[in-house]
Amino acid sequence: MLIKKPGDVRSSEITAEDAYINRRTFLAATGLATAGIVGSRHLSPALPLVARQDDKPNTWEEITGYNNYYEFGTDKDDPAANAKNFHTKPWTVKVDGLVKKPADYHLEDLVKPYKFQDRVYRFRCVEAWSMVIPWQGIPLAEMIKTFEPLPSATYVQFTTLYAPNEMPGQKLPVLPWPYVEGLRMDEAMHPLTLMVTGLYGKTLPNQNGAPLRLIVPWKYGFKGIKAITRISFVDKQPRNTWQISSPGEYGFYANVNPEVDHPRWTQASERRIGQFRRMKTLMFNGYADQVSSLYAGMDLRKNF
Amino acid sequence: MTSTSVKKASLVMVALAPLAVIGWRFYDNKLGANPIRETEIQTGLWTLRLLAVTLSVTPFRKSFGWNFLSKYRRTLGLTTFFYACVHLSMWAGVDWFFAWGDMWHEIVKHKYILIGMTTWLIMLPLAITSTKGWVRRLGKDWPRLHRLVYVAAITGTIHYLWAVKKDTFFPLVYLAVFVMLLGYRVISARQKSSRESRRRSDASVAA
Repeated sequence: MLIKKPGDVRSSEITAEDAYINRRTFLAATGLATAGIVGSRHLSPALPLVARQDDKPNTWEEITGYNNYYEFGTDKDDPAANAKNFHTKPWTVKVDGLVKKPADYHLEDLVKPYKFQDRVYRFRCVEAWSMVIPWQGIPLAEMIKTFEPLPSATYVQFTTLYAPNEMPGQKLPVLPWPYVEGLRMDEAMHPLTLMVTGLYGKTLPNQNGAPLRLIVPWKYGFKGIKAITRISFVDKQPRNTWQISSPGEYGFYANVNPEVDHPRWTQASERRIGQFRRMKTLMFNGYADQVSSLYAGMDLRKNF
Repeated sequence: MTSTSVKKASLVMVALAPLAVIGWRFYDNKLGANPIRETEIQTGLWTLRLLAVTLSVTPFRKSFGWNFLSKYRRTLGLTTFFYACVHLSMWAGVDWFFAWGDMWHEIVKHKYILIGMTTWLIMLPLAITSTKGWVRRLGKDWPRLHRLVYVAAITGTIHYLWAVKKDTFFPLVYLAVFVMLLGYRVISARQKSSRESRRRSDASVAA
């Protein structure tokens, strides 16, 4: 696939977001972040692409205006409207459990030792819509190495802030607050797994999970827990919130899988926001080359 | 044009106003990031709302003696069916682009689509037999057939309930409204038949 050089794109066609993408780094197929690839309006071939519709990054308006963040309301435009006054400073993250150095970190200190990386990932919601989003953050693996989990730690568990006065949706028992998510240790250590602090090179907006959220691009979006205040290392599989809420419909693994439908709707296709025709859903959201080995021999229908 | 048909036309205009707003917002790209889904949701909601208005005609007429309402019931019912057709067309044509195989799979495998399709299929014969000609042809059977509208109201609301992820509050509100409207008709039908049987027994006593 030909990478277009910036000169090939008419200046009138370059939006602020295109210009951002052109300067940013992309994730290479081998899982290494390559610096300085001058991208184009299309993703570099290093991102695993298949012959289907365009994987163009979505616009700022789309990404920040269409959100599932029930702490701020259950409509898609509720988080943008209701998270305006959410306080993200000061922010403390507790790291505890089976770890050598449990501590409470101020967010600035937590992220200080690392270089932020730019990753353009596909994002697939369990509701069967999707976007392509240019996140900025730190590979979770690097943070975990610093925390030094004990050998007995087999899972990482994350918890969202519980503050009903700041997050009005938490006043209703729509979900069993606070929101909890978890990953198997190998999933947490995978190079694709990202602790996100930014979007399009700007600070992550409140409605997208500020100031710190998780992104696991080969899983359904609800695994990407937002507004993280606690990271615990545990030896039992965490019961994640959507599984507690509807165990027949949402599981722990939540791998994007076109062959395993949601009980009530299909997962074989998706609506890419901004595009008119439905799109075929890819196994592991198109990241199969990089993650399918994690699940070798597992019955993905049972472990959904 | 008679004054009644002018009034009916005005009613149709008013009832179609929400659809016009949805259509205008769709073309103006003001339906958010997922306009196709939003249009499906909005046309579905207005189908249920208009159905509730249609089913309120007889209760209001009976409670307040507003007999003038009865001539608008068919207008409202057909407009409701029209919204249901737009809702279905959005799903079949715009969302799935007439991919018949995929749509059939959806219908048989996913119960919320199946019950939605069932709802429309119940409404179809009701729309077709809404004319004066059919009322005459079916005679006593016409009211019996058209009681199916209550089945459609319930299946339509269950379609809504099964489609939402977690926010079941509003679907349950609609369900409560339809149950109340159905309950009203059942109770008033019972009162009517008990009055009639009392009158018959009084007449036979008097004779």
